[in-house]
Amino acid sequence: MATVEPGRVRSGRASELGLLVLALTLGVGAYALVGLGMEGSLPGNFYVLTFGMAALGFGLHFVVRWRAPYADPVLVPIAVGLNGLGLAMIYRLDLASQQLKGDDPGLATRQLGWTALGIIAAGIVVWVLRDHRTLRRYTYTAMIVGLVLVLLPLVPGLGKQINGARIWVGLGPFSLQPAEFAKIAFAVFFAGYLVTNRDTLTLAGRKVLGLQLPRVRDLGPIIVVWIASIAVLVLERDLGTSLLFFGLFVAMLYIATERISWVVIGLTLFAAGAVAAATSFAHVQGRFNAWLNAFDPEVFNARFGGSGQLVRGMFGMANGGLMGTGWGEGRPDLVPYAFSDFIFASLGEELGLTGIIALLVMYLVLVERGMRIAIGTRDGFGKLLAGGLAFVVAWQCFVVVGGVTRVIPLTGLTLPFLAYGGSSLLANWIIVALLLRISDNARRPTPLPLRGAPAQSPPASSADAVMPDDADSLPEEHLTPGVSPGVSPGDATEIIRAVDQ
Amino acid sequence: MTLLRLGYLVLLWVFVYSVVRVLRRDLYGTRITSRKGGGREKPAPANGPAAPRTGAPGARTAPAPSRTRPTRLVVSEGPLRGTTLPLSTSAILIGRAPSCTLVLDDDYSSSRHARIFPSGDQWILEDLGSTNGTFIGAQRVTTPTPLVPGVQVRIGQSVVELQR
Repeated sequence: MATVEPGRVRSGRASELGLLVLALTLGVGAYALVGLGMEGSLPGNFYVLTFGMAALGFGLHFVVRWRAPYADPVLVPIAVGLNGLGLAMIYRLDLASQQLKGDDPGLATRQLGWTALGIIAAGIVVWVLRDHRTLRRYTYTAMIVGLVLVLLPLVPGLGKQINGARIWVGLGPFSLQPAEFAKIAFAVFFAGYLVTNRDTLTLAGRKVLGLQLPRVRDLGPIIVVWIASIAVLVLERDLGTSLLFFGLFVAMLYIATERISWVVIGLTLFAAGAVAAATSFAHVQGRFNAWLNAFDPEVFNARFGGSGQLVRGMFGMANGGLMGTGWGEGRPDLVPYAFSDFIFASLGEELGLTGIIALLVMYLVLVERGMRIAIGTRDGFGKLLAGGLAFVVAWQCFVVVGGVTRVIPLTGLTLPFLAYGGSSLLANWIIVALLLRISDNARRPTPLPLRGAPAQSPPASSADAVMPDDADSLPEEHLTPGVSPGVSPGDATEIIRAVDQ
Repeated sequence: MTLLRLGYLVLLWVFVYSVVRVLRRDLYGTRITSRKGGGREKPAPANGPAAPRTGAPGARTAPAPSRTRPTRLVVSEGPLRGTTLPLSTSAILIGRAPSCTLVLDDDYSSSRHARIFPSGDQWILEDLGSTNGTFIGAQRVTTPTPLVPGVQVRIGQSVVELQR
């Protein structure tokens, strides 16, 4: 593992502000174009939305400026931009259903509410959480929280079954997908667990064919998570979430141990699980069939579990072509669930290949920043957490975009920030907030001379001397309690333990 | 309408381009430090954060620093050569265990190898029952010994010393 630090630290807040203005222009511009394209005038609540989004975005910017001044400058603008684009598309689909069917689902308004909630939640996380290493103390609490959240939909009376999958929890008029929050809890748990146990996972065991095989008893946790994800698949009939948890664990194991063997073991277990599921569960079988024989008229016209949605989405994207039809000019509303599962196909139709490649690059940059934060931060827990959270975003994009474009079988995950869904939006904003917090920690210049000149060199030459870094340099909190009043002396040992080796 | 449609796509890519421009600074002016010993040293370009190092480090940590007090613990030999720990008021634990203050990646050191703690005006070196021993020069340390700045202490493959 390596650490990368900027030579001259710039806080990047000015670039963040500039990018934020651009991102807001993107979202608001899309909203305006939807109105112009579909009704010939600006949408009725255009100014409300503009000011709302701007207030929320700038509010978050100032919270970051105040509480995490060295945080990464591109995370907030990208999240705001994607969120604005998603909002515009959902509004556009609302208008379509208003014009064609006469009823207004009002999804855009609700999504705007969830956006506000998400950005406020992100602000609160950045504000309250002064140091991500405090999360490490809640490693096993996070595991329990995660498991409870996953199992919550199975509780009778509380859980709701929608479209065959039992992943919703009804709370009055709202329904939440607790699995979206469970992924954050699991990322915290895996990071905390692996940072303490990675040595046994890395070093113990025999080498077979150049692969370092772990000992059987060290396989325990991965087996447990595998069983848990299979249980989610069987009991809640949710392929996507089960894939998400398993992928997260394998990825974090790989980040922690740098052993290819874990990826191989993970993929083998996954293949075994997938084959077993495909042969024994009808709904998984249906997904595979719809994927492989999508253009069969029989499969296309199947009433349940057919490929109608998938193929219509692909026709939509084909209609968009290279440059897209333009906002409000296509017919993305022909696809069922165009606002959530298939929002990528809807955007593909209206923005074209040019537009969705830009969207994919935005996701790519978001994930790259997450990985970059993982490289830049000094403690092992932060590295694993940032890497895991970035992987979650990447994995969700791959599964959704791959499913919509028929690269892999379709599974029900949400596209971060774009797709309609309150839980998903809230959870992803919290992920951005955690990444902001970790990146602030990674890029902040230390007030102490932790990395001194090498031994035996006279202090006078230290200005141009090399600066070796080491994990064992103490975090500043240990030495200067005045720097961060939130850290009590009791945390000192915890922080030292958190330091990566 | 076509103009607006294409203009929007241009705007989308302008955003992407400006994001990438901001990220460009990652490529230049960074310092990469490998954790695996060896190639850990890469000079910081130009004006790295050299400034905070010139002041007396002890001034911030010790309440009443005197000129003769050691202010830091330096690893002068071994895989972690060049590592510096500022001395504060708490003890420094050296060993292989991740809970140590100075974690040595060294097969010849014990998990909790030795301890350096302040006592009054001086720092005391204490061997914590290590397998291969802690040495000052050729002499094995068996009892807690006061440590004077500049004296080299051998722990496994590493040599540490106190510096002012």
